[in-house]
Amino acid sequence: MKRKRRDSGLAALMLVPSGVILLLFVVYPLIKAVWLGQQRCGVTKCTNNGFDQYLDAFRSNEFQDALIVTAKYALITVPIGLVLGVALAVLADKYMRGVGIFRTIFSSTVATSVAVASVMWFFLLNPNVGVLSEWIGGIAKTPGLLQDPRSALWAVSASSIWANLGFTFIVVTAGLQGVPKDLYESAYVDGAGGFSRFTNVTLPMISPTLLFATVVLTTRAFQSFGEVDLLTEGGPLGKTTTLTYLAYGSGLPTSNDDGLRATVSVLLFAVLLALALVQFRGLEKRVHYGN
Amino acid sequence: MAIDQVYGARKVGRYLLLTFMAFVVIFPIYMMVVGALKPGNKVLVNPLLPTDFTTGTLTEAWRTGHLGRALWNSAYVSVLITLAQVVTSILAAYAFAFLRFPGKTFVFVAFLATLLVPLEATLTVNRRTMQSLSWINSYKALTIPFLATAFGIFMIRQVFLTIPKEMHEAASMDGLGRLGFLWQVAVPLSRPTIGALTLFSFLTSWNQYLWPTLVTTNQKFNTVQTGLKTLKLAAIDKPNLVIAGTVIVALPIFVVLIAFQRQLIRGLTAGAVKG
Repeated sequence: MKRKRRDSGLAALMLVPSGVILLLFVVYPLIKAVWLGQQRCGVTKCTNNGFDQYLDAFRSNEFQDALIVTAKYALITVPIGLVLGVALAVLADKYMRGVGIFRTIFSSTVATSVAVASVMWFFLLNPNVGVLSEWIGGIAKTPGLLQDPRSALWAVSASSIWANLGFTFIVVTAGLQGVPKDLYESAYVDGAGGFSRFTNVTLPMISPTLLFATVVLTTRAFQSFGEVDLLTEGGPLGKTTTLTYLAYGSGLPTSNDDGLRATVSVLLFAVLLALALVQFRGLEKRVHYGN
Repeated sequence: MAIDQVYGARKVGRYLLLTFMAFVVIFPIYMMVVGALKPGNKVLVNPLLPTDFTTGTLTEAWRTGHLGRALWNSAYVSVLITLAQVVTSILAAYAFAFLRFPGKTFVFVAFLATLLVPLEATLTVNRRTMQSLSWINSYKALTIPFLATAFGIFMIRQVFLTIPKEMHEAASMDGLGRLGFLWQVAVPLSRPTIGALTLFSFLTSWNQYLWPTLVTTNQKFNTVQTGLKTLKLAAIDKPNLVIAGTVIVALPIFVVLIAFQRQLIRGLTAGAVKG
C-alpha cells in the first residue's frame, strides 16, 4: 500500500511532461475546434453561427466536391501504390546476386519529403521544361498534365504514388521476411506453382502488413496537402482541391475564416474516423494473424 | 533451397524486370541531379545528359534560397523535437509499464486516444494559440506543440513490458533505485526500439510542411520544406535553380537514411507487427 502511494507521486512526475503537451496541443485544440467550427471569424473576432454550420458546410458544393476529389485520389493512389509495392517487394525477395542494389533503389523514395517529391514532379511534368511532356505529347504538351482538368488529379497521384513507393516497398519486404520458409517448401512439395504459392501462402501471411499499409496510405491520401499546394494549388477548376487543402489552402472561401477552417477540419476528422472504422471492420476479418 | 533460387531464362527475365523498374523509380531523381548540374535556365538542351556541366547552379540555389539557413532551421527544430519526444516517451512509458498508480488504465487509454486525432483537426486552433502568445515566426511555434507523442509512449511501453517485472524488483532491492533501473537497465535493453523511435521522430519533424507554412511568414524561419516553396516561387523562370535546391535539400536525408537503414525499417514497420 505504502509502495503504491510512493509510486503515484513518481508516476505523476513522469507523466506530466507528455500529458501537458498532449493536453494543450491535441485535446484542447480538438475540443476548441468543435466550438470554433460553429463560428464565423473575421480578422479580429468570431461570432456564433450555430451548430447547423457543420451541416451546411457538409452539404455545400465546395465540401462535396473536395470529398469526391479526395475519395478519387485515395482510390487511385492506394490500390496502384499497393500493387506496385507488393510487386517490387516480391520481385526483389528472391535470393539473387545484386538484389541488394535493387532493394536500395526501390526504398530510396522514402528519403524524399512531400515538398522535395512535389517540386521534382512539378518540373518533370511541366509542359515547357519537362521531358515527359515531350515524350507523351498531346495534353501533356498543351496545356500540360497538371493544367488540364481531366488529367490533373492523375498527375498529382503519379507524384504521390512514386513518393510513397519506398514506404510500401520497405513495409512489404519486412512482411515477406516474416513468412516462414518451410511454408513455401511444403507448398512446393505439394505441387503448388509460383502463382499459387503467392496467392495461397504469401498473400495470407502478409495480410497484417497489407492492412497496415492500406490504412497508412489511405490516411495519407486524406491528409494530402503539400503535394496539392506545390503542384496545382487546388486547380485547375478545383479538380485537385482535397479536403485538407480546402481546410488550409489559400484562395478559398475558408482561407480568411478560422471558423470555416475549423468546420472543415472537424468534418475531415469525422470522415477519417469513419474510414478507419470501416477499414478495420471490413479488412480485419480477412486478415490472418497466425496463432 | 531449390525454390528460393531462380535459374535460367526466368532469372534473366527477373533481372530485366527489376532493371526496368529500377530505371522507372530512379528516373525522377536522375533528372533532378542532371538538371542541378546545368546552367540555371538551360533545361531543354539535351535534357537527359549532363552537358554544360557546372556547379554554379547549386551554389546559386544555395544563396537564392537561403538554404544554409533553412537547413540549420530544419536541423535545429528536428533535433530538438526528436530529443524531447524520446525523453518524454521514455518517462511516460516507464510509468505505464512499471509503476502502480490509481486510474492507470484510464490515463493510458486517454493518452492512446490522442493518436486518433489527426494533426489537421487541431492546427487552426493551435495557430490561434501561437498568435495569442505572439509566437508566430519563432522556434517555439515550430517545436513546442510536438515535444511529446503518444505513438512514442506506446512504442516504448510495449518494449518495456517485455522486461521481466522481477528485474525491476531486484533492482530496487539492490538499491539501484527506480531511476537507476530506468537508465541503467530498461533503456539499454530497449535500445533498438528507442533507435527506431529516434529516426521516426526525426524524419517526421524534418518532413513537416503544413504546420510551418501556418506559423511562419518570415523567411528567416523557413525550414527546408517551406524554403523549397519560397525558392520555387522566387525562381520560377530558372527551373534548374529550383531543381538544384531540391537536390541540396534531399541530400542530407539520403545520407541519414543510408546510415540508419535498420532503424528506419523498424520504425516504419512498428505498426505492422501483431500485438
